[in-house]
Parts: sequence; structure tokens; C-alpha cells
Amino acid sequence: MISFITSICAAAIVYAVSILYAAIGEIFSQRAGIMNLGIEGIMLMGAMSGFMTVYHTENLLLAFLVTILVGLLLGLAFAFLTVTLQADQTVCGMAFLIFCSGLSGFLGKSVTGIASAVKFEPIPIPGLSSIPVIGEIFFQQDIFVYLMYLVIPLSIFYIYKTKAGLMLRALGENPASLDQAGINVFAMRYGYVMFACAMTTISGACISLSYTNFWNEGMTGGKGWIAFSLVAFSRWNPAYAVLGALLFGGISILGINMQVYLPGVPSQFYGMLPYAATVVALVITTGSFRKKHSEEPAALCQKYDREDR
Amino acid sequence: MKIGAIRFEKKQTVSLSRKVLNPVIFILLGFVLSSVFIMANGFQPIPVFGKMITYSLLNTRGLIGSINAALPLMFCGLSVAIAFKMNLNNIGAEGQFAMGAIFGGAFALYGPALPAPLSGIVMFFLCAIGGGLWALIAAALKAYWNVNETIVTLMLNYIALLFLDYLCYGPWMAPKQTTAMTVTIPQDMYLPLIGGTSSGIFLAIIIAVLLYLFLKYTTGGYQISVIKNSLRTAEYAGIPVKKYILIVLALSGALAGVAGFVQVTGIVHRVQAQLPGGSGYTGIVIAYLSQCNPLVILLVSVLLGALQNSSAVVQIMGVPSQIVTMIQGTLMISVIAGEFFNRYRIVYYKADPESKRAEQKNNHSEQKGGAVQ
Repeated sequence: MISFITSICAAAIVYAVSILYAAIGEIFSQRAGIMNLGIEGIMLMGAMSGFMTVYHTENLLLAFLVTILVGLLLGLAFAFLTVTLQADQTVCGMAFLIFCSGLSGFLGKSVTGIASAVKFEPIPIPGLSSIPVIGEIFFQQDIFVYLMYLVIPLSIFYIYKTKAGLMLRALGENPASLDQAGINVFAMRYGYVMFACAMTTISGACISLSYTNFWNEGMTGGKGWIAFSLVAFSRWNPAYAVLGALLFGGISILGINMQVYLPGVPSQFYGMLPYAATVVALVITTGSFRKKHSEEPAALCQKYDREDR
Repeated sequence: MKIGAIRFEKKQTVSLSRKVLNPVIFILLGFVLSSVFIMANGFQPIPVFGKMITYSLLNTRGLIGSINAALPLMFCGLSVAIAFKMNLNNIGAEGQFAMGAIFGGAFALYGPALPAPLSGIVMFFLCAIGGGLWALIAAALKAYWNVNETIVTLMLNYIALLFLDYLCYGPWMAPKQTTAMTVTIPQDMYLPLIGGTSSGIFLAIIIAVLLYLFLKYTTGGYQISVIKNSLRTAEYAGIPVKKYILIVLALSGALAGVAGFVQVTGIVHRVQAQLPGGSGYTGIVIAYLSQCNPLVILLVSVLLGALQNSSAVVQIMGVPSQIVTMIQGTLMISVIAGEFFNRYRIVYYKADPESKRAEQKNNHSEQKGGAVQ
């Protein structure tokens, strides 16, 4: 029983990490006032480009870098539309969703369903990994998980404890005041949108380079959307996003494993679990029956136009 | 905004011809942009596009196929558009489509046998009710608890499609079948063909015209546009916003459900897994490209239907069928970028010393954060 629980917990962490990169990236982007609805598609682009590189070169580091580069480029395009051309962010996000899922399927067709020779394998950390239960859950993971152990505290520290983080929060609340203080609001938004997209593509790489070792059209299967809803769920705080991701990870992994124990229920119903859980969690955490001050950045989804001032 | 000697100035008004011409220009540019990706994948764009156009638009058989492919897209486009008209993002047309097909399919396959026209009418309304109820979940959460309808409608897509999958692999699966599909529906429920074209097209035209008249000439349509432009004004004027959210999203879902009706009775004649096949997402593209005008939606749907229809012929050339979604996305992004030129005009600056000095001064104050008019 203990080994069952530890294996579920370890799998839940892997699942959680694969959505956390995107969720934390999106937290930064939304804190900067730009909502990117296209996460699901951008994640697919990351998964596809990373896998393509590994398939052709068998070089994991290069694949990781290519993934980030693709993310930065997509972010640049998204920022150009929403920051410079001041297009509607929701419409842009939907366009990116369709564009990126189409493009990833189109470009990735030649490598669909083929397994790659290499993938990121778990690296047990000497010493720590031999701790019973905890070691198995936390320290027999791959590089994406260990990197996440660094990203979580760093992102929390950055947002709440540094001057740059203060400016980021101000950017999402009142960009005009930052502009008046002589700060280049547009450049900041470009930077955070690109950072968010790069993080999102890393999430995609998690799925095609570590979670599995193949690429399939639409293989993220809604994970991008779960990451997106985590942002509102977490009230724009990476710490809560971690809790939420673990919750969704646990539910999904439990769903997959329950099929073995309760085979009477059709597998499709287990498949519905994470999506239903997302709706329920969203209602509980963002429903207006909570008489709590909304922490949503005030300038979220608002275009900033100097000429409107 | 300035780039070198070019300056963008805000326009006060946009002429109608410009409004029409702009998306057309940028749709063409979108095709140019997508040929970049086609080349990146190692194909020649001109033969690919040439083949697509000749196959799907330039002969009667292809055109009929394109119109039939456009049929469910028209309803999905109308579905997304009516929600957009009130600033609601219904990206759940895919799931509402599936739910409509499930409700209608249940009647067609297992319901009481009714005489011919009546059975079709009952099925039509059941499909609409199925889609409408599915959208109503998101609508109620939005209206009463202000829960983001974008995420909820999308999550419901996955749930509806999995449910459809369950039915078609499970209790509804046709005997002696290996693929997830039901038996065909009774023959007298098929939508009749008129010269190869499904008569569902008339249904689409009637509904599009009704929607157009509703949005343009009725109090309801006017109040919807007030809610879109200013929620606060609407609330102040006493417009029942909550009621409108419920009605409009349910209507939007019902239209997507009707897409399920035309797909089942007009095209595949059965219920099967993955029945919507992405039409719900294509609906988003259609609604945006046609700026939510119901009549334009019919035309744009035929264009995108042709695109979908021609995917079969380019696959013979080895081009992946995903080219369709890729082009759709590129078109949408291109038109979004083009919107900018509806709002701004380009002004070229002559570099005479007088204005240069003025501009430098202007630049200086801008850097200091002074107000720029």
C-alpha cells in the first residue's frame, strides 16, 4: 500500500510540474497585465519543437534550448499584437490557440507517434533519494522537477521581495503611473510576455521529452487550460499555484490508477475528472459569492495606450 | 506612435469601404504568411494552394462539397458570434455541438417513431436544447457567480467529447462495428439533398437572417449591444444583464447544437466519436473574420469549408491535413493585426528642419514622461 501511495505521489508531482511552468509563466504575464489564452497551443508548439529536435539530433540540451527559443519567438509575436498593435487580448489568445495547435500538428506530422531514442531520465539525488518514502517521491525525479524546486521559491521571492517584482505588480495595476515614473512600460510587457511563453513551451517540453518520449497532435489534452485556470485559482500567487497543481496532479493520477481498482466504470469518466475538478475549483475560488477583495490585477486585459491618457 | 519618419495617427472614423476592404487584404496576407510555414515544412505553396482552389471552389462537385462542409461551420460561427456580440467568449461550441448530437441522436436512434417531417422537427429542437443546456451550465456560473465563462465552456468541451466517446464505444456502438459509431438514423430523417447540396443550407440562411434582424432591429439586439459597450451603463439603465447572459449563452449553445443536427441528419447520418471534429474552434475563426455579422458568416463559412474540403486533396500530395487549422489560425492572426490599420492612419513626416526640431522637443518631453497628445 505504501509503495502504491508513494508511486502515486511521485507521479502527481511529475504531472504538477508539467503544468506549473506554464502556470507560473502565466502568473507573470497576467501580473504584467497581459492575458494569454493561447497557453494550450503554445505548450503544443513547445512539445513539438522539443521533440523534433531530439528526434533529429538526440541532443536533449539542444532540444531544451530550441523549445525556449520557440517560446520567446511566439511571445514576441503575441506581445507585438497585444502591446504594440493593442489588439484585444482574448481574441489574440484564441487566435494563438488555433494557430499554434494547427502549426504544431502541421510541422510535427512527420514525427507523429514515433518514439525518440533519448528522453530526460530520472536522476536520483545521492543521499536524499535514499530517504524512505520522501526520497522516492521528491528526489528520484528528472531535471524538470529539480529545476521547478528552484523556480518556485525564486518566483515567489521575485514577485514579493524585489524591486523588479514591485514594478511588475504595479504594471498590472496601473501602468500609467509607471510610465509617468519614466519606466518603459512597453518593454517590460514584452519581456514578461516572452518569459511567460518560454515557460509555457518548457511545460510542453516536459510532456514530450520527459513525461513521454513521443509527439502526438494535441497531446497536451487540456493541460494548458488547467494551467490557465490555475492562475485565477491561485490568486496570482505562485505558492498557491503549486498547491493547485499538486491537487490536479493528484486527481488525474488517481483517476488513471482507479481504473485498475474499479474497472466497472468506463475509462472516459475517469478522463473527465481533471476537467470537472477544474470547473469546481474555479467556482470555489473565483465565484463572486466569496465576499473577498479580488486580487485580479486591475489592468489585466486592458490595453495601455499613451494617447488615451 | 512613431517609427522613424513614419507616424501613426488615430483615426476618428472608419469608412465602410475600408472596414470591408481591410479584412480582405489581411486575409490575403494571411495566405502569404501561411505559405512561409508551408515552405518551412518542405512543400511548394503555389501548387498546394492551386490544387486546393481548383479542387474545392472551381468545379461544381467541389463547390457542393465545400458548401456541405461549411454547413456545420455556419452554425458554429453563428454560435460564437452571438456570444461575442455580448463580450462573452463561448469557446465551447465544440462540446455543445457534441451534446446537441447526443440529445438528437438519442431521439433518432431510440425515441418513438414519428411521421417524417415531425420527427425531423423534434430532433432539431432536441439538438438545440442539448447544446443550449450544456452552455447554460457556463451561463449560470457566469451570471450568478461571475465565473470566467471562457474556461468553463472549454472544460465542458472535454467532458462532452469524452461522454460522446463513451456512448459511441459503449452502449450506442453499432453491432459488428470496430469504429466508434452508432447505426444510421432512420432514412426518413435524412435532410433531403437538392442537387447534391444539403437542404440544411436553407435552414442556415433562415437562421442567419433572423439573427441579423434580431441583432439590428429589435430591443433585445439593442440591449445586447449596450451590454457589450458598457456593462455599467446597461446596469444603470436597468437592463437585466443576468437574464441576457443566460439567454444569449443558451442561444449560442443551441446554435452549436443545431450544428450537431445538420451534421448528423445532413452529412454523416449517424452519431460517432469526434463528431464535431474541430468545427467549434473553426467557429471562433469564422465569427472573428466576419466581424460577427451573421450574413457575412455564411460567406466566410463557405471559404473555410472549402479549406476543410480541400484538405483531402492536398493529403494526396503528402501535405498533412493539419494545414487547415494552421491556415485558419494564420488568417485570424493576420486579420487581428490588420485591425490596427482600421484604427490608425500612417503619416509620413517630411524632414524639414522646423518640424525636426519640434519633434526633438516632443521626444524630449516624452522621455521625461510629459503628456503627449
